[in-house]
Amino acid sequence: MIHSLFLINASGDIFLEKHWKSVVSRSVCDYFFEAQERATEPENVPPVIPTPHHYLISVLRHRIYFVAVIQSEVPPLFVIEFLHRVVDTFQDYFGVCTEAAIKDNVVVVYELLEEMLDNGFPLATESNILKELIKPPTILRTMVNTITGSTNVGEQLPTGQLSVVPWRRTGVKYTNNEAYFDVVEEIDAIIDKSGSTITAEIQGVIDACVKLTGMPDLTLSFMNPRLLDDVSFHPCVRFKRWEAERILSFIPPDGNFRLLSYHVSSQNLVAIPVYVKHNITFREGSSQGRFDLTLGPKQTMGKAVEAVLVSSQLPRGVLNANLNPSQGTYTFDPVTKLLTWDVGKINPQKLPNLKGTMNLQAGASKPDENPTINIQFKIQQMAISGLKVNRLDMYGEKYKPFKGIKYMTKAGKFQVRT
Amino acid sequence: MQEWANQLCENRQFGSKMTDSKYFTTTKKGEIFELKAELNSDKKEKKKEAVKKVIASMTVGKDVSALFPDVVNCMQTDNLELKKLVYLYLMNYAKSQPDMAIMAVNTFVKDCEDPNPLIRALAVRTMGCIRVDKITEYLCEPLRKCLKDEDPYVRKTAAVCVAKLHDINAQLVEDQGFLDTLKDLISDSNPMVVANAVAALSEIAESHPNSNLMDLNPQTINKLLTALNECTEWGQIFILDCLANYTPRDDRESQSICERVTPRLSHANSAVVLSAVKVLMKFMEMLPKDLDYYGTLLKKLAPPLVTLLSAEPELQYVALRNINLIVQRRPEILKHEMKVFFVKYNDPIYVKLEKLDIMIRLASQANIAQVLAELKEYATEVDVDFVRKAVRAIGRCAIKVEQSAERCVSTLLDLIQTKVNYVVQEAIVVIKDIFRKYPNKYESVIATLCENLDSLDEPEARAAMIWIVGEYAERIDNADELLESFLEGFHDESTQVQLQLLTAIVKLFLKKPTETQELVQQVLSLATQDSDNPDLRDRGYIYWRLLSTDPVAAKEVVLAEKPLISEETDLIEPTLLEELICHIGTLASVYHKPPSAFVEGSRGVQHKRLPGSTGSGESVESPDTGSAAGVSDAPPAVIPSQGDLLGDLLNLDLTPPATTGPPPPATSGLQMGAMDLLGGGLDSLMGDESEPVTTRRERPPIPLRTGTPQSPQTLQQSPSPPDYSPTELGGDLGGSSAMGAGFGAAPAAMPAPVSGGLDDLFDLGGGVGMPMGAFSPPKIVWLPAMKGKGLEISGTFARRAGVFQMELTLTNKAMSVMTDFAIQFNRNSFGIAPAGPLQVLTPLSPNQSIEVTLPLNTVGPVMKMEPLNNLQVAVKNNIDVFYFSCQYPISMLFVEDGKMERQVFLATWKDIPNDNESQFQIKDCHLSSDAASNKLQGSNIFTIAKRTVDGQDMLYQSMKLTNGIWVLAELRLQAGNPNYTVSLKCRAPEVSQCVFQSYEAVLKN
Repeated sequence: MIHSLFLINASGDIFLEKHWKSVVSRSVCDYFFEAQERATEPENVPPVIPTPHHYLISVLRHRIYFVAVIQSEVPPLFVIEFLHRVVDTFQDYFGVCTEAAIKDNVVVVYELLEEMLDNGFPLATESNILKELIKPPTILRTMVNTITGSTNVGEQLPTGQLSVVPWRRTGVKYTNNEAYFDVVEEIDAIIDKSGSTITAEIQGVIDACVKLTGMPDLTLSFMNPRLLDDVSFHPCVRFKRWEAERILSFIPPDGNFRLLSYHVSSQNLVAIPVYVKHNITFREGSSQGRFDLTLGPKQTMGKAVEAVLVSSQLPRGVLNANLNPSQGTYTFDPVTKLLTWDVGKINPQKLPNLKGTMNLQAGASKPDENPTINIQFKIQQMAISGLKVNRLDMYGEKYKPFKGIKYMTKAGKFQVRT
Repeated sequence: MQEWANQLCENRQFGSKMTDSKYFTTTKKGEIFELKAELNSDKKEKKKEAVKKVIASMTVGKDVSALFPDVVNCMQTDNLELKKLVYLYLMNYAKSQPDMAIMAVNTFVKDCEDPNPLIRALAVRTMGCIRVDKITEYLCEPLRKCLKDEDPYVRKTAAVCVAKLHDINAQLVEDQGFLDTLKDLISDSNPMVVANAVAALSEIAESHPNSNLMDLNPQTINKLLTALNECTEWGQIFILDCLANYTPRDDRESQSICERVTPRLSHANSAVVLSAVKVLMKFMEMLPKDLDYYGTLLKKLAPPLVTLLSAEPELQYVALRNINLIVQRRPEILKHEMKVFFVKYNDPIYVKLEKLDIMIRLASQANIAQVLAELKEYATEVDVDFVRKAVRAIGRCAIKVEQSAERCVSTLLDLIQTKVNYVVQEAIVVIKDIFRKYPNKYESVIATLCENLDSLDEPEARAAMIWIVGEYAERIDNADELLESFLEGFHDESTQVQLQLLTAIVKLFLKKPTETQELVQQVLSLATQDSDNPDLRDRGYIYWRLLSTDPVAAKEVVLAEKPLISEETDLIEPTLLEELICHIGTLASVYHKPPSAFVEGSRGVQHKRLPGSTGSGESVESPDTGSAAGVSDAPPAVIPSQGDLLGDLLNLDLTPPATTGPPPPATSGLQMGAMDLLGGGLDSLMGDESEPVTTRRERPPIPLRTGTPQSPQTLQQSPSPPDYSPTELGGDLGGSSAMGAGFGAAPAAMPAPVSGGLDDLFDLGGGVGMPMGAFSPPKIVWLPAMKGKGLEISGTFARRAGVFQMELTLTNKAMSVMTDFAIQFNRNSFGIAPAGPLQVLTPLSPNQSIEVTLPLNTVGPVMKMEPLNNLQVAVKNNIDVFYFSCQYPISMLFVEDGKMERQVFLATWKDIPNDNESQFQIKDCHLSSDAASNKLQGSNIFTIAKRTVDGQDMLYQSMKLTNGIWVLAELRLQAGNPNYTVSLKCRAPEVSQCVFQSYEAVLKN
């Protein structure tokens, strides 16, 4: 199982270590640093690194490497999933997961890590349970604790720990009972030079924020559940009911959680909400290149495309770019060669355009590679797959909750080749 | 380290006084002293603050062990947070201060009795983490109580504690009977307790592979499946991994387990999903393929695997490595999902490379256009490694999907036009492979390639280009100039290029002898006189002598037709693949190595194998359709029953066959097959002629080498260092075996074993003598004098110098002289027949005996016998006709050219259905693997490769029967263990039993 954990920051310092079995010398991280040196980009460090006596499994999040040390055969996915869970927990507790936040709360971090693993076996990873065991720090509580000398460690066994619904604690009380659901879909797509779609798929999630008193039992039904053929559920969802009736039936955890994630693959038709017209060329023998890019909406069901951000990694030979945006602002970083154009909202009457010249280094030859254009955008009030919630019902409690549902479509890895 | 910590603390901005960062600020000298004072303070609050500071120092890797007694003093408290902090400290430092740690024992024991289950659990948990012998003694009693605690939270914590204790002192755990208690917990009412018990047992079992801790039976499996639905995600992983070790009794049980595991595929935790995939992949093996459920299951597996690819890149990487295995085992699962493996430009490089690999594995005629368009796109990316691999992938596609070859070539030409240096070089390397696969098809592109000659600076690309120039010298007008230009810097080239240049110039000389005499002289002297590389020198001398003694032979050798390369590329060896499928989701699956090969501390991991199918529909499906037709064509009445045999024999024409002289060459399977159709009655034994015949006729294909990163320790690893020359030389010298085959009995039937290049060439001389050592059983009495009216016949079979013969001793125990001997055989399984008359020239006087050797051939009529190796013989003399039957060791029928090419072996092994595999034990044999291998080779059982895993030697062997049936074997033996295991795979599984008997006979002889 998991022996030890090291946290390493962007400059390569180990700023926290935790051992669940015997102590493993931090010199084991030298192998990690070697791999890091070999990798050109921070994200290219291989996730599994063998060393003579151990294996290092790492994830990179928030520019911190979480490096787990294992000695015997352990499923690597298990370790990676756990590491991500650690990061999520930190984020949940401290709002952000940064080196500073971790150092500011090092004792809580230590208590959390101790509570999450026992001898390398996961013990409590549900944020509900952890929060009962170790209260998250708030300014107020820290202040009160300092004055009164009380602690932020729960004295009682968390109620959810062993029940059949470990994700929910008992005795939840709210004055305003509310349940909000966000259907968020991300489109991953690769569009080729000519504008035709090479691959497109939708990664959707339904995130919930449920603040309901007692032990409510919810059912959520869809207008078109047939869309969902590849789904992953929160453990609270009753799988049999879904199999039989295509209805989500569950006792929700308290607070924020991801109810379900789903995947609509390229076999089904995935609508592409924006198109790009581009002309990025370099001429042989000339030190200038032309850049012309226009964005337009398509298949958006009349909804506005907002928060559009275009970025592109220009060829290494490009010295600077002299461009003129019809709206928004652009920046070009001459060191990383990254061009970003903050477009904002697309107005279908007046399409946004970015046009101008790029200058090559003197004497440099025509670049070989074609830059890929990365696009981010948001469309409110629409799920691009067409998924729609039919109704939400509550059983088991008497009160009338306030219910809300929101749809949003975003670009995931949306790439246009030129 | 101290320095570093100080620096860290000074450098960082001081955080708010309210946060823990204040603990980092007091790391000045003399700090320990200050802390000591604070720890001994009377005020609770101050104490707690001090402990927090100590913990903070600990987290940054500072040594605060000097404070041990002071911290332990704080342990006796009712403040839970303080207690936890002290426990944290204890776990870290108890080991370094064992005597001090004893001070804590009392508190632990007391806490184990606390009314609050949280505290009980905390105490037993912490105690287990203190790796001090003196403490563990005190741990036993509290642990025993906690294992039976009324609160499940305490029980599940205690279960893990047993694993901890076992790690410290295994004997103690066994003596105290904790293992049994742990096993009992598998039946606990609380699913979390079950999951933790399983996890603890699995961990203990890993260090004791033979302890049979996890006694899995249908009852426990049922309990585990029930707990699976209710426990946490982590518990589900433990339970699923445990389930994967179980072997269901039959396909029905297997199906019911699959049905209950399938819902896990929809879990949000990817580790749960992959563990479920492992269970399903393994148990699916047992399901009959015609079952509806089998198809449903296949369909259900694809979406979760695709979903894994939308997760974080680290998860994707592990998933992709596993999908690589799954795709090799069951390509049908993901054959429609090609697009999800398309590379996004900001994927991390490790994800990109894996995706590329899988794309090639999934490439087929249906999707090749898409794949090629993608690959071409990738070839213009920035990352050099990735671009190279993409270009190589295009070449692999061309070789894998024949219909796409043309398109691939034109894509490669486009890429060459880009003039990007590394793209051009990579493209030339793969084009050379395409030439080898499709000779005389795409040579029109040579002109384009030649244009880029000057830009090649990598050895592999240079070698490839030189090969092309040499191979097609007759079509390139200035081939001599081109090669001459390379010759200038001959000594600066790498060995690979030198070897290639030597061969290419010799080829050129043979094609255009008049103009290039000088050039060949030059290169031969460079290679033989000025070089100190033995490979190069040897090759130079061989060519030189060949050219000077017999230019015609040289031509035959150097310009021999080359074996085609095929796309087995980097397929994982089938047995290894099976084992890896059982380890999906583990480190083994990420590294594509068996777990025993690399995980430290796993002492003698048992090799897992996929279960075979028990379905009844299976056996019908396996043999080739050809044989089925053969059987059905023949009316059943033709098959003589045992009762008819006598009459059959009586009708035999007993006049000796007229043919004398050498026996005809070994028959091809094709002939046999024809006879089978005529005679009928022989089923699949003969039916598989298609495969062996093709391998014989058109030389075993040589797989294309590709530089795959994983390079698992499999059979296909080349023993010789230069990356590409050995196959090449083997190909060039392909005719050499024919040249040296004058001593072979049947020269035409010798398919040149192309594998080892030069080694083989030199081996030939020694190889021919080998049959002398063939095993031959001692003579036994076949026909006692009682039944033979005074004629006693004893005999045996032997294979000497490649000739199969019967050795007989005829003894006259009657009172009168015997004359006019003749012999005839009944139809038999392999068509064995006398190749000449029985040579008894002088009359046999009473009490005289005579030794006769009867050469045999295998062109006689065929009929399947029971047992297979039964031979019914009729002997006639002037007195009467006598009938008897005898059995010949099947090893007599193993022919001399039964050594399979490694890659062919791999492919064949994979190709033969698992049902055709049978396993046997050979007991009480005391040979080393080398001795065994030599012995077997004497009987034409050829060792193709040897692998050593865990002190266990695995010999991969092949043999070929006279009728063209190949038998593949894996012989496993372990030093010190007299019991060997032999697994046999053959398209005609009927022969396995006989082959095994021969194995035993040969090895024990």
